[in-house]
Amino acid sequence: MRIPVSWLEEHLPLPEETTPEDVAEALIRIGHEVEAVERLSTVTGPLVVGLVVEIEELTEFKKPIRYCRVEVDEDQIQGIVCGARNFVEGDLVVVAMPGAVLPGDFQIAERKTYGKVSQGMICSVKELGLGDDHTGILVLPPGTAMPGDDAKGVLQLDDAVLELAITPDRGYALSVRGLGRDLACAFDLPFGDPVGTDVRPADAPVWPVDVQDEEGCRRFVARRVTGVDTTAPTPFWMRRRLMLAGIRSISLPVDVTNYVMLETGQPLHAFDASKLKGSLVVRRAQEGEKLRTLDDVERTLSTDDMIICDDSGPVSLAGVMGGASTEVGDTSTDILLEAANWEPASIARTARRHKLPSEASRRFERAVDPAVAAAALERAAKLLDEFGDGSIHPGRTDVGNPILPSPVSMPIDMPDRVAGVHYARGVTARRLGQIGCGIEVTTSDDGRTFVIATPPPWRPDLTQPADLVEEVLRLEGYHTIPSELPPAPPGRGLTESQRRRRAASRALAEAGYAEVLPFPFVASSTWDDFGLADDDVRRTTVKVLNPLEADHPELATTLLPNMLDMLRRNVSRGQRDLSLFHIGQVFLPKAEQATVPSVAVAGRPSEEDLGKLEASLPNQPLHAAVVLAGQREQAGWWGKGREASWADAVEAARTVAHAWGVELTVVASDLAPWHPGRCAELRVGGWPVGHAGELHPAVVEKLGLPKRTCAMELDLDLLPLADRRPVPVISPYPPVLLDVALVVDAAVPVADVASALRNGGGELLEDLRLFDVYTGEQLGEGKRSLAYALRFRAPDRTLTVEEATTARDAAIASAGELGATLRA
Amino acid sequence: MSGVNDPFDPKQVAALAPETLKAAVEQAHEAFAEAADLDQLAAARPAHLGDRSPLLTARREIGALPPAARSEAGKRVNEAQAEIKAAFDARKAELEAARAEQVLATEKVDVSLPWDRIAAGARHPLTTLSERIGDVFVGMGYEIAEGPELETEWFNFDALNFGKDHPARTMQDTFYIAPENSGLVLRTHTSPVQIRSLLDRELPVYVVCPGRTYRTDALDATHTPVFHQVEGLVVDKGITMAHLKGTLDAFARAMFGADSKTRLRPSFFPFTEPSAEVDVWFPQKKGGAGWVEWGGCGMVNPNVLRATGVDPEVYSGFAFGMGLERTLQFRNGIPDMRDMVEGDVRFTLPFGTEF
Repeated sequence: MRIPVSWLEEHLPLPEETTPEDVAEALIRIGHEVEAVERLSTVTGPLVVGLVVEIEELTEFKKPIRYCRVEVDEDQIQGIVCGARNFVEGDLVVVAMPGAVLPGDFQIAERKTYGKVSQGMICSVKELGLGDDHTGILVLPPGTAMPGDDAKGVLQLDDAVLELAITPDRGYALSVRGLGRDLACAFDLPFGDPVGTDVRPADAPVWPVDVQDEEGCRRFVARRVTGVDTTAPTPFWMRRRLMLAGIRSISLPVDVTNYVMLETGQPLHAFDASKLKGSLVVRRAQEGEKLRTLDDVERTLSTDDMIICDDSGPVSLAGVMGGASTEVGDTSTDILLEAANWEPASIARTARRHKLPSEASRRFERAVDPAVAAAALERAAKLLDEFGDGSIHPGRTDVGNPILPSPVSMPIDMPDRVAGVHYARGVTARRLGQIGCGIEVTTSDDGRTFVIATPPPWRPDLTQPADLVEEVLRLEGYHTIPSELPPAPPGRGLTESQRRRRAASRALAEAGYAEVLPFPFVASSTWDDFGLADDDVRRTTVKVLNPLEADHPELATTLLPNMLDMLRRNVSRGQRDLSLFHIGQVFLPKAEQATVPSVAVAGRPSEEDLGKLEASLPNQPLHAAVVLAGQREQAGWWGKGREASWADAVEAARTVAHAWGVELTVVASDLAPWHPGRCAELRVGGWPVGHAGELHPAVVEKLGLPKRTCAMELDLDLLPLADRRPVPVISPYPPVLLDVALVVDAAVPVADVASALRNGGGELLEDLRLFDVYTGEQLGEGKRSLAYALRFRAPDRTLTVEEATTARDAAIASAGELGATLRA
Repeated sequence: MSGVNDPFDPKQVAALAPETLKAAVEQAHEAFAEAADLDQLAAARPAHLGDRSPLLTARREIGALPPAARSEAGKRVNEAQAEIKAAFDARKAELEAARAEQVLATEKVDVSLPWDRIAAGARHPLTTLSERIGDVFVGMGYEIAEGPELETEWFNFDALNFGKDHPARTMQDTFYIAPENSGLVLRTHTSPVQIRSLLDRELPVYVVCPGRTYRTDALDATHTPVFHQVEGLVVDKGITMAHLKGTLDAFARAMFGADSKTRLRPSFFPFTEPSAEVDVWFPQKKGGAGWVEWGGCGMVNPNVLRATGVDPEVYSGFAFGMGLERTLQFRNGIPDMRDMVEGDVRFTLPFGTEF
């Protein structure tokens, strides 16, 4: 909301020296966010009011140009060239004389243009820094000033505009009346309500109104002004304030309703009474009913929309926007003014449903003072009467049951207890009184003192003691709250899984991987690019209803797509050797997704309800993944580099598993998007926990990735949080080292051979290590030789060579079951 | 050579004469000194310490002496032999030392050669920052609580006192989950973890909740639709806003140095009452120390306590929350938030594993 400081100050006696910045600071201190303080730009040099005496149309140019003779003082006529066309002879305008400097260091000088000498400039609102309107020049209503008057005074250029972001709980502050009152509290000054709430009672209703839905419409007030000249100009002071508030001047009736809304916070609507047919009915719309709103859009209504109807059907979308059929136009003279009070939630839903946030709906959904309706309407009627030469009909319709805030009882020391401050005696009652609460102080039977505050009608947000506490604290100032540490209990440190996650993250970084944090939004085309089967579970995704990018509506079931995107982005930016990792959660819909139950918030939900809430969420396990391309080991003075391979991807999984404290087994697998011959399934205790390997060449091609890009993904939630308590036995006896070379079918996985050796070697086999893999003609087709270094050791004695040899032979025999033979 | 029982032969006995022995010692000294390396030294050894060396020859002659002279002659020979042996050992040690020095000299390398076969990796600074904040609070006795990123509206809004149609709900531009009215959202803040903590944990509760959050803001220099927050929650008996202020001040000092502090401005959040915006005094601010908007906070709204079954008459609490991207942005002077989310390794690598 934009508000000129001069308007805000009108109703409280601020000291002379108060600057706009002081006002802004005071508002911030009591909880109003001031986004900007815009001082109206300073104009230097002569800026005067001028009277357009004569207009000469210059037609020989590409665009129509006017040469105007403007009286800028008694007996002084300036010739001014002007491109705008929204004025006529006899209009009052603002003239920047040669020597004037307008905002933006715009220097005005006498100059020759379009074949004429132009002695100054006729100014637009924008050129004067009063608003954004640049559609024409500023025309002052007749009688605003005399030619030659200093325009700086007429325009009040010494003013400033505050740009405020009013929090949703403080609807009252969306008005000069509400914000002014808060400002008065901040400065501890008395406040004069610009309208009050009392109006002279009227004898009879002015228009028959039937409120059929009293829940949606809490009060409906109508007043009628007849014989209005709707083409009469809006007085300049009103236009100026609207302009600075960012509201365009349209016509006197519209300007008046907007002005009174800004002043009082009460949105008003003006009907052309001559277009209304019969009595007004306030009700919910019927499904599918139509209404053409003022913005000339036909809206299809729902049964939740509150509407105002006449005999012809809907004429207004209540609290949001009026209807086109009864709009006040230039020929209207008979105006029916409406000020109503609507249920906030209903207006919020309607504005959202029709995507029609308006100044009115913004106020109604934050709650409007129900008591001010009649007074605001009175103010508007009087302004129409005064400036539109109308006459106010004696009748007034005022129906409904306004809801007034209920009293709130609070222990009088509660603000002290919440703040941790000892406020001076009487502070609580004084501050609550200052914001408009009715105050009563009582003592209960057990001797405790309570304050019973009846909030003013414009403060429906004050519903519980905590709300009253905030009022006292903010007005006393948060800066008075001391700084103390609470006595926290001893904590238990990180959880098992938190510690392991940190270990995994560090281990990957230390193994040369750079962490990335991709978004989880995935394009629907990803799964085809990945070559996933039609029934692949990863295709079953959770979808975002309102994605930022329409083609990325799915939530990731795997971390890889977006990591590969990032890999590609790095490649496109000139990086070649890349090892990236990410630890993040994925979104896996459950086979049968339960619907979210409706659960109240009045107390702790039942265990059953909590269970249902949990069940309605998709599974969201934490995954760890890496992607690699280019060289894993760089070339250098030591020799050649080494391209990243499937083995690095598998090793990354081992790195994570090692950090986690679990042992990984690796078996051959075939899963898209991996290469069918270079895909490892990773297991812990027989359970698959992830995959690693080189990507399928077709996927690499499709995604535009570097050749032989590799990837690994692990489900960390599947890794057990084993309680590891190793007790290493350190034998003081020497080992016996024996090497064996086994020839075995190449199809037999090395992991199986190693495991057979380990089993056969028994307890004496302390360690084994594969140090060579060899294939060659002499071995025979489809065979390979595996060379192992075996280390034997006994815990309690020096092992003899015979014992070690026996154990080795047992190991070989065990491998023999896989078809392995000792290499000749 | 003379046997023990041979008759006396003055010529042979001359080998034991002191002058002879002295000469043998001198010759050995000379010979060892002349040896230029260990091989030459080894070659020189037999002539002076070997079986045919003058001393060994002399020793065999001792028996030929009259018994009265034997002891003295034996002593002379022993002394001479010891001296030759010492001369040999000394020269050997000298030559060995010289050789070792020479070998080391030939093995000299350029230790400034790089060894970056496997380039260094790094953790994302947001991860490091998040852990660092967690550590600050763990040090104060808090625990780290977590929750899912896809949440029910009940956890994300309802239980946090966001009225069904209250404009506060639309203030946070929410990603909704299909189908329409599913009741599921991507969490707009880490505050649902407050609810989970109050439901799951024993009182008192002292937790921090770091995590990833979502709002439909388009990506630009200061906004990202996917971002990280850290939330703090304390619910205990007798908790005051002064405790909130003290905790925030301690947090600020831990993050930004001993001179840092915080300032509260009244504000509005549905789940706290009273509520405040937090500004932090940032001593290293570009262009001079100053206040920086840091996050939001307040006293836990009694409605939130009620929704989780905590009696607001007995317990009170505070909560606060900060954006990690924003914190990192001003802490490290990173002008464009997009650098944090695009995954360019040139952004991440300089941060290493810890900062």
